[in-house]
Amino acid sequence: MAKIEFEVPALAEDSYTEVPAIKPGAMSHLKSFIAPQAPQEFLGYPWDLAPDWKERAIGRMGEHLKKYRGLRVFMDACVHCGACTDKCHYYLGTSDPNNMPVARQELMRKVYRRYFTLGGKIAPWLVGAEDLTKETLDKWYSYYHQCSECRRCSVFCPYGIDTAEITMAGREILNYVGMGQKYSSEILGKVQKIGNNLGLPGPALEDTLLGMEEDMEDETGVPVKIPLDVKGAEVLLVTPSADFFSEPHVESLIGYAKVFHSLGVSWTLSSHASEAGNFGLFNGNYETMRKVAMRIRDAALELGVKRIIVGECGHAWRVAYAFWNTLTGIGYGGDDKFSQMLQKQLDDRYPQPSHICEFTWEHIQNGALKFDKEANDHRIITYHDSCNVARASRMGNMPGGQFIIPRSIIKAVANNFYDMAPDTVFESTFCCGGGGGMLTDDLIEARVKGALPRMNALNDVVQKHDVNFMATICAICKAQFTKVLPFYKFDMSMVGGVHQLVGTAIKLG
Amino acid sequence: MPMVEVAGKSFEVDEEGYLTNLADWDENIAKYLAQEEKVEMGDDHWEIINFLREYYNEYQIAPAIRVLTKAVAKKLGPDKGNNKYLYELFPYGPAKQACKIAGLPKPTGCI
Repeated sequence: MAKIEFEVPALAEDSYTEVPAIKPGAMSHLKSFIAPQAPQEFLGYPWDLAPDWKERAIGRMGEHLKKYRGLRVFMDACVHCGACTDKCHYYLGTSDPNNMPVARQELMRKVYRRYFTLGGKIAPWLVGAEDLTKETLDKWYSYYHQCSECRRCSVFCPYGIDTAEITMAGREILNYVGMGQKYSSEILGKVQKIGNNLGLPGPALEDTLLGMEEDMEDETGVPVKIPLDVKGAEVLLVTPSADFFSEPHVESLIGYAKVFHSLGVSWTLSSHASEAGNFGLFNGNYETMRKVAMRIRDAALELGVKRIIVGECGHAWRVAYAFWNTLTGIGYGGDDKFSQMLQKQLDDRYPQPSHICEFTWEHIQNGALKFDKEANDHRIITYHDSCNVARASRMGNMPGGQFIIPRSIIKAVANNFYDMAPDTVFESTFCCGGGGGMLTDDLIEARVKGALPRMNALNDVVQKHDVNFMATICAICKAQFTKVLPFYKFDMSMVGGVHQLVGTAIKLG
Repeated sequence: MPMVEVAGKSFEVDEEGYLTNLADWDENIAKYLAQEEKVEMGDDHWEIINFLREYYNEYQIAPAIRVLTKAVAKKLGPDKGNNKYLYELFPYGPAKQACKIAGLPKPTGCI
């Protein structure tokens, strides 16, 4: 594999990321690997452009416009005011004008006008409408994989245009004509065939968890367990499979296990649903998203649990919070036999699903969990809000709970906490640069450059407060920062989970 | 997919340089893959590579990082059973770089 050489952006002197002068085409060379036959076939997509690709693409676009009315509104509503132009981390980091959200959307909007509006059909040159060409399709592929669907631009759009929806539609149409992305498509195959994105089979998962139990007992002298496939457990924990596999992710899994152990709550993981992540969100196919989400409902029914709790995974929490309900009937409204069964089975005193942070915070507040805060004194901590948690979900029973609860947990388990600059956190948080199906080596250039605004904000608190730990509640953020921090001369172990901090300080009862 | 020839044997790699067929792997191929990654193979590297292959044969997946560090600690001593040591051996990450040299498929997901 030819190594792509690129220049790592220089850090700013403070938290502010300068808006760069445009460099047209600066990132047009970037092309994620195209998905091969096997995963595409499994997902029901072609893997090569057929001669009629153009008709297929336009036909599919028409279906999307009809089915997802939001998409049509987003296509029509933009007035090119430019409020979004300097809000995207990929534009700020790459200077490529096609990474301004308005321009990235325009790649689809100009085609929309040509085939779906009266003006564009009769006088395309008057309304900025253009035919769909192979060149445009290639640009879609390149630039719709330089968007992490983080929706920061949407926060600043006066019309509330959700760029992520456009990226998702773009990727789905690309899949439909045979240009799927290798990374996402392979993962969507593995999660459905094996149970998780990693492709970690049941026996390997069991062996891995046993090893972790041994480690915890060696370290603490307490037999903390990580139960798997236990029927009749009260809680089903669904967490990203990276929590079983990688550093620093495993540290959070250990944290969850210690919380459950301390409270004496019976809990279990499921080998059938050993993945919280749902890349169906990333490639914009709701039917795929439904199939992936269905595994969790099946596991909950099979195991007879009373609660479903989601671990530290950003987009999984969005899917769980905002989509499970309508996708699989968990929550409210499902009226098929299994939804009804699950509805009766789940404990209605708790939100279903709950986030692990909601669960831990509840038991910090009622005094059931005790901590030795000094155990985290070697850490000076900041918190990175993950995009899907920040801008697409909530926690607890108050507005902004998704910002307040993780920070409250950190402050309850550690003494040193400093927030990053206000325009880079909460709902204005900058993406880690690796979200939305971009966490793959073939996109490393966009990932490194797109991390610039977050790196500037981090550097600012490193300079001012000697911060040495950035906590987050997303497996993608953790993996992305582990890889990208060294490009900016930071230590890769600076990133970790909120439950890593919990696990460090908790007093095991 | 590109074909590569090493010591008279030709084999296929994918666009990222991972061996397509696990069964093709031999030590010469491992040396070639290591060279491509600019990793100079010493005895400690081989210990890791051999462990990865053994584990893969049993479980059809590369070992999780904890499993790997534990095995390394047992074999090479506790001072080497940690993530940092593995990154010294395989700077681009033990999960991906070591798997590649061991001829295993690339681990995917949020890692």
